[in-house]
Amino acid sequence: MAEPHPYQITSLGDAALLVQFGNTIDEGINQKVLQLFRKLQALQLHYITDVVPAYSSLAVYYDVYQLLQKEKGFKAFEFVAQLLKDILHQPTAEEVQSHNAIEIPVCYAPAWAPDMEAVALQKNLSIEDVISLHTTPQYTVYMIGFLPGFAYMGKVDSRIAVERHVQPRLQIEAGSVGIAGLQTGIYPLTSPGGWQIIGRTPISLFQKEQPSPVRLQPGDKVQFYAITENEFKNY
Amino acid sequence: MSLRIIKPGILDTVQDGGRHGYRHLGINPGGAMDSFSAGLANALLGKEGGAAVIEMHFPAPHIVFEAPTMICMTGADFSPELDNIPIPLNQPVIINKNTLLTFTKRVWGACCYLAILHTFSIEKWLNSYSTHLKAKAGGFRGRALQKGDVIPFVEYYDFSDLLGEKPFCVLPWKVPVPERKRSVIQFIKGAEWDLLTREAKALFGKELFTMAPQSDRMGYRLQGKPLKTSTKEQLISTPVAFGTVQLLPNGQTILLMADHQTTGGYPKIAQVASVHLPLLAQMQPGATFSFSEVNLQTAERELWQQKHYLQQVKSASQFKIEKLLHANL
Repeated sequence: MAEPHPYQITSLGDAALLVQFGNTIDEGINQKVLQLFRKLQALQLHYITDVVPAYSSLAVYYDVYQLLQKEKGFKAFEFVAQLLKDILHQPTAEEVQSHNAIEIPVCYAPAWAPDMEAVALQKNLSIEDVISLHTTPQYTVYMIGFLPGFAYMGKVDSRIAVERHVQPRLQIEAGSVGIAGLQTGIYPLTSPGGWQIIGRTPISLFQKEQPSPVRLQPGDKVQFYAITENEFKNY
Repeated sequence: MSLRIIKPGILDTVQDGGRHGYRHLGINPGGAMDSFSAGLANALLGKEGGAAVIEMHFPAPHIVFEAPTMICMTGADFSPELDNIPIPLNQPVIINKNTLLTFTKRVWGACCYLAILHTFSIEKWLNSYSTHLKAKAGGFRGRALQKGDVIPFVEYYDFSDLLGEKPFCVLPWKVPVPERKRSVIQFIKGAEWDLLTREAKALFGKELFTMAPQSDRMGYRLQGKPLKTSTKEQLISTPVAFGTVQLLPNGQTILLMADHQTTGGYPKIAQVASVHLPLLAQMQPGATFSFSEVNLQTAERELWQQKHYLQQVKSASQFKIEKLLHANL
């Protein structure tokens, strides 16, 4: 029996539970979360209606009526918690990560990067340096939340890790690329928000007409690359 | 065969049992705010609890039915009238074509549900009819209903034998409208309940909270005495749920409702029991209530019993409707 990473299972109300591995943004822990996420998805249990991975936690939403129909007398929470414990104690084969990174073009020109100057100033860097540091790493999509298709990606180079605005903007345009601490993300819809905006992508992260409306999935690898204003306009 | 919006209400949307299976993509299920009332409206028509309904707030719409229809309304009492004659809630009604449904005044509650015997002939988005207002998808063209909107039906029913020349006929089965008393909302401790100081925990279970004006389908802002935590630990984002009570840095709370975001970074101090979400859904800004802890097993049992009750209403109603339709042939 494999020794799983330390975890805690608590209820998330009476129709869901939460598995927590910690309170940090950590690639190793997130991989454990994504492994559990994939295993649960693969099981396709009819009484589980949603499974949501986050940085270091995972929620399972279940249908109490369906569960308790079958066998009265046990508690739905305990039944699902036991299922999770059994999965967590299974030996896990090392996953072969054969994802190619998804390349996302970003225009970092001033008209599309309202916070770029302030970020460069705060971090004592040139704008070219900020762009270089943002486009160098391959980021992992840790989780999706806040809006349909809003991918929380990390980790950002600490040299450009800036805290989010104290006062969020009332409107951030769809496609805006931002930084908040060690996270980077793209607003898939126009929305209020507090992230520091350093660029804009011409790509749609959310398209409701598509059978798969969300472009990025938890676990994807992402690489940003810079495009000119002209290329952006003609994309 | 359809219904037409003659005058829109303040917020009328098509909702159903929710869009499940997409939370991991940031797409929250949405669905009816008061899932019990929505389920009951369907059950009284012999339909599945999660079938599509129209959720209305007050001021409510004026709707004309362009074909004979059987409807049922539940939830808030907005004094519904058909051709200016009052009709009851929680009871199916057969309507003749070109009959006008209006709502004259708000007596109680915040959202009223309109279910019809027919199937709405509208497209699902990601397997559900619920309207996702932020994504502008699902429901009727991804938005609230507007003047002139026509929602077509799939089936045609000829109720002429039962109606004759009358504009409508109230059918003889119903469920009683529940007693509306001061609400005590049951909660289960949240994952971060223990971040609260001992005094804050006691306060949470005792004090009176008020629903603030900045409340909507996404969540309710609550006003109350500030709640203190024993640490200032910053939390990273975790998944949340309908009914999660989040603690803000200033000690006030937000109660997440049907259109909540899928994840959040605030401490989750409590989780409202599922059977009490409908009570919250019927509150208006200014409403006051208190919280009372319930154990998880009790909450689960009550949830099961509520669903079971709706199944029983559905079976009984289905039987009566089939008899009615066959007698009509």
